[in-house]
Amino acid sequence: MLEVDLEHRLGAFALDVHFRSGPGLTALFGRSGAGKTSVVNAIAGLLSPERARIAVDGAVLVDTERAIAVPAHRRRVGYVFQEARLFPHLTVRQNLLFGRWFAQRAPAAVPFDNVVELLGIAALLDRRPGRLSGGEKQRVAIGRALLANPRLLLMDEPLASLDGRRKDEILPYLETLRDQARIPIVYVSHAAAEVARLATTIVLLADGMVRAVGPVAEIMSRAGLYPLAGRFEAGAVLAVQVERHDSGYGLTELSGSFGRLTVPRLDLPVGAALRVRIRARDVILAASPPTAISTLNVLSGVIEAIVPIAEAALEVQLRLGDDHLLAHVTRRSGDALGLAPGRPVFALVKTVAIDRHSLGGRSHALDPDDELDS
Amino acid sequence: MLDFSADELSAIRLSLRVAFWAMLGSLPFGVAVAMVLARSQFWGKSLIDGIVHLPLVMPPVVTGYLLLLLFGRQGPLGRFLDENFGIVFAFRWTGAALASAVMAFPLLVRAIRLSIEAVDRRLEEAAGTLGAGRVFVFLLVTLPLIAPGIVAGMVLAFARSLGEFGATITFVSNIPGVTRTLPSAIYALTQVPGGDSGALRLTLVSIVLSLIALIAADLLARGMARRLAGD
Repeated sequence: MLEVDLEHRLGAFALDVHFRSGPGLTALFGRSGAGKTSVVNAIAGLLSPERARIAVDGAVLVDTERAIAVPAHRRRVGYVFQEARLFPHLTVRQNLLFGRWFAQRAPAAVPFDNVVELLGIAALLDRRPGRLSGGEKQRVAIGRALLANPRLLLMDEPLASLDGRRKDEILPYLETLRDQARIPIVYVSHAAAEVARLATTIVLLADGMVRAVGPVAEIMSRAGLYPLAGRFEAGAVLAVQVERHDSGYGLTELSGSFGRLTVPRLDLPVGAALRVRIRARDVILAASPPTAISTLNVLSGVIEAIVPIAEAALEVQLRLGDDHLLAHVTRRSGDALGLAPGRPVFALVKTVAIDRHSLGGRSHALDPDDELDS
Repeated sequence: MLDFSADELSAIRLSLRVAFWAMLGSLPFGVAVAMVLARSQFWGKSLIDGIVHLPLVMPPVVTGYLLLLLFGRQGPLGRFLDENFGIVFAFRWTGAALASAVMAFPLLVRAIRLSIEAVDRRLEEAAGTLGAGRVFVFLLVTLPLIAPGIVAGMVLAFARSLGEFGATITFVSNIPGVTRTLPSAIYALTQVPGGDSGALRLTLVSIVLSLIALIAADLLARGMARRLAGD
């Protein structure tokens, strides 16, 4: 459990951040300049906050009231920076082992070979970082932080400097890490797709303050995040499992608390759990059950909230069973259909985004680049 | 051409010894001063910076004379070192090494300071998050990263020491076999009739030694740059 209570001034910018988060991956999500990096720097000990209490699993790292400030090198907080920051004069192996040497007294070290295998960097061990690709560097940096035997792992936009293909190269490793390493991770990002795919918990930051904390599906499907989180594709995240395959038509049926979704065939076993993301702009609302349409997916729900997001546009939050869905409609359509909280509507889903790297068994998420029309 | 006389050989050997110890002896001080100048902000920093660079701009004879006043047998520092540690600089080869070290110090500090300022401090931060305290960060990260600058500074100091003349002759005179380095020997030869050919021979030796030092520095620096680039 991570406890963060933090107040700090950086020039005209005031940071006032309070949150608790549990195991798994906690995403600090928000637009650039929201104060995300300052929060992780304070956790790592690279920033001395004016007033703060930060504790990991009960171990106090900072408590300004009791004048406690554990120096950075004694915190056992791993940090993966946006740029890998590998030591250029050391080989990959020496980089990986750098923290290990200082962590000798700490209990329960992660075996070196396991980390190397997990991150797929065995072939790089004897090279120097200078000529590694961006993705390789970032994997080594993750391994280096892990091998220092941290009690908490911080990642500050580790994918931000990588192109799309390199991102895809790292994301599966991050998922494995989240599911297997049993080290809580704090992950800074302004990319909704990354957060939707990786996060267990979301802490939404805007202007130095926490605006929302909660499980990923709940926060991502909350209407009106857009002005807080910056320019990203609003969309709900749904937890589903593979219900059955329809080989004749090459389709797969997914089920969740909201009902069923039909998508082009997925190469996953029946029962496999995954996350899908449905973007708000891919949802059409209808006041009465539509007939004779090509879309396979029609879900019924109740409007929970309506938030204006632009002069002509509304973001509508629906409740479907235990899940939520977001839809973007024009203000004119909203008036024409008489949309209002409490009103039952039908949602027509044009596209369901599904992570193409899904392997079944674990919880997988989507990637808006890999979407399937349904 | 290559059969040197005993005097010539002693001058060459002495010059190399003086330059070597001037370089090595000033190195720890050079790294420390460069670290302070590159990393700390304090009142009077410009003054320290100025004093370090003074030998570069003052007439060498002034530096030599100041050394004589401070480190001569009757000088305050010279007497203290002699009485407590038995270290004597006046009119010894050690004095020549001290004079050379002082004269070369600005070059040494400058080269190291530039390389310290070029170090990506974010790497030191990263080392901190991996558990390294300040001393280990310096030894394992900073020092290896500034090694090319240190080597460059050492070679500059060595080459500068080989050529030191003014401060040396003022401080420790020009005693054959004791303080007569290459430049002093060349100077002595030019002062006597018929010394021209001897002076020329030693001049060529000077040129060759300096060139070797500079080429060695270049090769070392390139090797280290390649290492850092990832080969």
